[in-house]
Amino acid sequence: MNREPALKTVIACLACLAITAPGLADDPHRDARMAMVKEIEDDVRRTSLALDKESLDPRVMDAMAAVPRHRLVPDEAQDSAYENRPLSIGHGQTISQPYIVAVMTDLLKTTPSSRVLEIGTGSGYQAAILAELVRQVYTIEIIEPLGELARDNLAALGYRNIELRIGDGYYGWEEQAPFDAIVVTAAASHVPPPLIEQLASGGRMMIPVGSRFMVQQLVLVEKDDAGRVTTRQILPVRFVPLTGRH
Amino acid sequence: MPRAGTARPPFLSVALISAAALGYEILLMRLFSISQWHHFAWMIISLALLGYGASGTFISLARQALLPRFNTVYPLNLLLFGLASVGCYLAAQQVPFNAEEILWEWRQSLYLLALYLLHAVPFFFAANGIALALSRYRDAVSLTYAADLLGAGVGGLTVIALLFMLLPHTAMKVIAVLGLLAALVAVYEIPASRRRRWQAVALPAIVLLAAMPGEWLQPQLSPYKGLSQTLRIAGSEIVDTRSSPLGLINVVTSHIPFRNAPGLSLMSRAPIPEQVGVFTDGDGPATIDHNPDRQALGYLDMQTSALPYHLSTINQVLVLGAGGGNAVQQAANHAARHIDAVEINPQIISLVADDYAAWTGNLYTRPGIHVHAAEARGFLTGTAQRYDLIQIGQLDAWGGSGGGLYALNESYLYTVEALQTYLEHLAADGYLVINSWIKLPPRDSLKLLATATRALRQAGHDQPATHLAMIRGWQTATLLVKNTPLSAEETGRLQAFCEARSFDPAWYPGMTAAETNRFNILAQPYFFTAARALLGTASESFMARYKFDIEPATDNRPYFFNFFKWGILPEILELRGQGGLPLLESGYLVLVAALLQATVISVLLIVLPLWGLGEHKSPSQHGVSRARTGLYFFAIGISFLFIEIAFIQRFIQFLHHPLYAVSVVLTAFLVFAGLGSAWTSRRHGGRRAVARAAAGIVVLGLLYLLALGPVFGELVSLPITGRILVSVLLIAPLAFCMGMPFPLGMARLAASAPRLTPWAWGINGCASVLSAILAALLAIQFGFMVVVLIALLLYAVAALSFP
Repeated sequence: MNREPALKTVIACLACLAITAPGLADDPHRDARMAMVKEIEDDVRRTSLALDKESLDPRVMDAMAAVPRHRLVPDEAQDSAYENRPLSIGHGQTISQPYIVAVMTDLLKTTPSSRVLEIGTGSGYQAAILAELVRQVYTIEIIEPLGELARDNLAALGYRNIELRIGDGYYGWEEQAPFDAIVVTAAASHVPPPLIEQLASGGRMMIPVGSRFMVQQLVLVEKDDAGRVTTRQILPVRFVPLTGRH
Repeated sequence: MPRAGTARPPFLSVALISAAALGYEILLMRLFSISQWHHFAWMIISLALLGYGASGTFISLARQALLPRFNTVYPLNLLLFGLASVGCYLAAQQVPFNAEEILWEWRQSLYLLALYLLHAVPFFFAANGIALALSRYRDAVSLTYAADLLGAGVGGLTVIALLFMLLPHTAMKVIAVLGLLAALVAVYEIPASRRRRWQAVALPAIVLLAAMPGEWLQPQLSPYKGLSQTLRIAGSEIVDTRSSPLGLINVVTSHIPFRNAPGLSLMSRAPIPEQVGVFTDGDGPATIDHNPDRQALGYLDMQTSALPYHLSTINQVLVLGAGGGNAVQQAANHAARHIDAVEINPQIISLVADDYAAWTGNLYTRPGIHVHAAEARGFLTGTAQRYDLIQIGQLDAWGGSGGGLYALNESYLYTVEALQTYLEHLAADGYLVINSWIKLPPRDSLKLLATATRALRQAGHDQPATHLAMIRGWQTATLLVKNTPLSAEETGRLQAFCEARSFDPAWYPGMTAAETNRFNILAQPYFFTAARALLGTASESFMARYKFDIEPATDNRPYFFNFFKWGILPEILELRGQGGLPLLESGYLVLVAALLQATVISVLLIVLPLWGLGEHKSPSQHGVSRARTGLYFFAIGISFLFIEIAFIQRFIQFLHHPLYAVSVVLTAFLVFAGLGSAWTSRRHGGRRAVARAAAGIVVLGLLYLLALGPVFGELVSLPITGRILVSVLLIAPLAFCMGMPFPLGMARLAASAPRLTPWAWGINGCASVLSAILAALLAIQFGFMVVVLIALLLYAVAALSFP
C-alpha cells in the first residue's frame, strides 16, 4: 500500500468532511476507529511523563486511523475490534491493546524509507500499521494457520509492501537484513543474537514483555552507529514517583 | 422407618462420602492448577465449598419433606454426589473462562459464576448426605460427626497417595466410584427398601465410570499457558507425562529448539544447545540441555547468575532448586569439585538422572555431583557442610510473577530466617546468590535485597551495605550476599564481569550513581536508588513509602510474592486504559474478591432459612437462642480451620516438605478431632464440657505458640519418621479438644431445637469457607501467629455463647 503521507492526509480530511473517497465513506467502523484514535491521544497525554512526550508521531496516529482493525480480528471479536483492550485472535495468541501498539510503533521511529522485520505476525495488525509507515515490512509467523490467515487478510486489504513467511523467527530474515527496525512480539527468553546482528546501525528493536493479555513493559534494544548495543526499559504507564508524593 | 435415635447411624457410608468429598476437593485443586492458575483454582474451589452452606439451608427448609423419606433421600444424595462429581467437572470443562480477561470482558464474570455453581453441586449433595444423617440420628450426633471427620482424614491421605500412582483426572474416577460405593453401602446400612433397584443404578454407573476413556476427563489447559503455547508449534509433542501431588510433569520435544536462556547477555554469541522442555502443571518450561560430550556450555557463562564464579575460586557448591540441571552444569563448567544439587520433586531428578542421562552427558552421575531429593531448608538442617557458593534458581516463571499470581503461595525459601540459614552454611568467604526476574517498577529484586539486609543485620553485621552486591541485565537480576565484606578485588572483578556482558551493577560497596544506567537504561536508576535507601538508615521509611510491598517476608508471614498495597489500587484502576493493569498484583485482590463473594452468599444462606422457617419472629426455640446458636457454630467453624491452616504452615518448618506437612497435619487434625467427637458421645452437660474443651484448646494453643519453636529446634535433626511421630503426638491433644465443641453443640440442638440442626450445619459450612479465605488475608497482613490468637479467642467466645 504505502500511500504517500500527504495523500493520506488529504483522504483523511475528505473523509472527515464526508465528501468522501469511495470505500472509506462506506466504512461503518470509521467512527469507532476515530474514537479509538482519540482515546489513544488522550491516554498518551495522560502518560506523557512516562513517555517523555505529549503526543505520538502524527504519522503513527494516521496509521492507527487508517488500518481497519476489524478486518484483522476474528469474527467473534468484531464488536470489540476498536476497544482499547487486548483481543484474543485464536490459537492462544492475542493482539495488544491499541494504545500499546501505538506506543511501540512510535518508539521504533521509522521513516518512509525504513525496512522493518516483525517476529510474530499474529493477526497481521501490527504489520499493517507498519506497512502504512515504511517502505517494506517482513514478517514471520510460526503458527501456520495464523500466518495463512494474516497473509490472506493483508492481501485483501491491498498491502503490497508486506512479505510474510511462515516459520521460526529466531534467525530473522538474513537475505533481507539489515533492518532499520525489528518488532519481536513472540515470547522469547532472550534477545536472539541473530536479530541483534540483523539490526542496522542506528536501528531499534522493540520487545513487549509480559503475559499474553498484559504487556508489562517495553524493552527497546538500540544499536548505535558504532554497533554498541544497549537496552532501554520502558514502563508505558505513568506511575511515578515510586515512593509516593513527598 | 425406625424411630429416631434407635437405629445405628450409617457410619461407614458417612465416612465414605466424607472421604470422597475431601478427596474431590483436593483433586479439583490439582486439576484447576493444571488447567488454569493456582489462585483462581483456589478461589473457585473456596466458593464451591459453599455448597456445604447451601445444603444446610436446603435441609432447614425442606426438612419436613426430607426426613420422613430419609431411607431414600440419603442414599440418593450420595449417589448424586458420585454422578455429579464427574458430570459437573465435565460440564465445567466446557466453560471458556479466561482469568486474564476478567477486567476487560464482562462475560468472564458469568463464566466464573458458572464455574462456582457447577463445582458447588457435588459438595451440596455430599453435605446433604451428612446433614441428613446428623438430623436423622439425633442421639448419635457425636459418633456420626466422628465418622465424618475420620472419613475426611482418611480421604485426604488416600487421595495424596492416589496422586502418586494415578494422573489426577484418572484419580477423579476413583473418587466418583467412591461416592457411588458410599450410596451402595448406605442402602445396606439403613433399612432401605428396593436394594436391588439401587444396585441396578449404582453398579452400571460404576462400570461405566471405570470404562470411561481417560481423555474425556483430561483437564483442558488454558490456551495461554506455556505448554499450550508450545504445543501450537508444529512438530512439538509431549513425549512423557508423570504425575505426583507435587505437580503434573509434561516433557516436550520440538522441531523448533526451545532456546531457553533467560537473561542471556546481549553480547552472547554462544550457541544454545538443543533442549527438552519440562512443564509443571502446564507452566514453564524448565529445560534440560543436550550435552552428551560434557562440554562447558558457554551460554551459561553469559547470564547474570554466572557472577560468583568470576569473583573467586569456587569448589563447594550447593544448588537449591536444581530443576533441569542448568545451574549444576554452570558449576560443572567452572570445575567445582563438590556440587550438591537439591530438588524437591524426585520425578524431575529422575528425568535428568535417568531418562535423559545420556542426553545430559550423565550430568548427575559425574564425579563430585551429588543429587538430593529434598526441600531446601530441610536439606540444610541435616548437613554441617559449608559451601563456597549457595545458588538459588530463578524465583519463578515470569508469566506468573508478573501478574502477582503467586501472591497467595507461602514460600519458606525467601524469608529472613531462610536467608540466615543459608548464610550460616557458607564457608568463610562464601557467596549466597539468588536470581530474580527484573520487573518494572522493581519488586521482587528489591524485596530480596531488603530480606538479605535484615538477615545480615540480625546476624550481627551492622554494615550490610558492604556485604552485598546486585547486578542486572534487561531481564534478570542476581543478588550476591557474603558473611564478610566484599573486597576491592572482588568489586573490580564484578565490574569487569558486567562490562564484558553489558550488565549493569545495581549495587556494590563503593559504587557511584554514574555506573548505574550504562547498558540497560531505565528512566531513573530505580535499583541503585532503592538499594542505597534500603541499605541506609532510612530503609523502614523507604519501604513504607514504596508503592509495592517490599517488606521482608518472615516465617510468620511467608508471602514473599505478595507485593500488593491498598494505596495504589485507585491509581492503577485509573491507568487501566493506558497499560496500567499489569501493575495490578492480582493475587491479593482475588483473595479479597473471594472474601466479599463468600460473605454475601454466606449471609444469604444463613439468613434465608430463618425467614423460610418463620424463625425470625420468635426469639428462641425451647430455650435455645438462635443468636447464640449462630454465633457458636460460626465461631467454631472459623476457628477450627484457622488453627488447622496455621499449624500446617508451622509444621512445614519442622517436616520441611509441604506434602508431608499437609498430609500429616490434615490427617492428624481430622482423625483426632474425630476421636474427640466420638468421646463426647458418652458425656453429658454440654456447656461445661465445651468450656473444658475450649480451655484445653486455649492453653495448648498458647503453649504451642511459645514452645513449638524451641521444640522444633531440638528435634529437627530426627529422621523424618521421628518428626512425623512427634508432629502427630503434638497435634493429637489439641485436635482431640477441637473435635468436641461441634458435636456438643449439635447434641444440645438435637435435644432441644432439632429444627436448627441443619441450620447450624450450614453456618458451620459457611464459616469454614470464610475461614480459609480470612486466614490467608490475616496471615498476609499480620502473620500466622495472629491467626492462631484470633482462633483461640473465638474458642473462648464459643464457650461463652454455647446455645
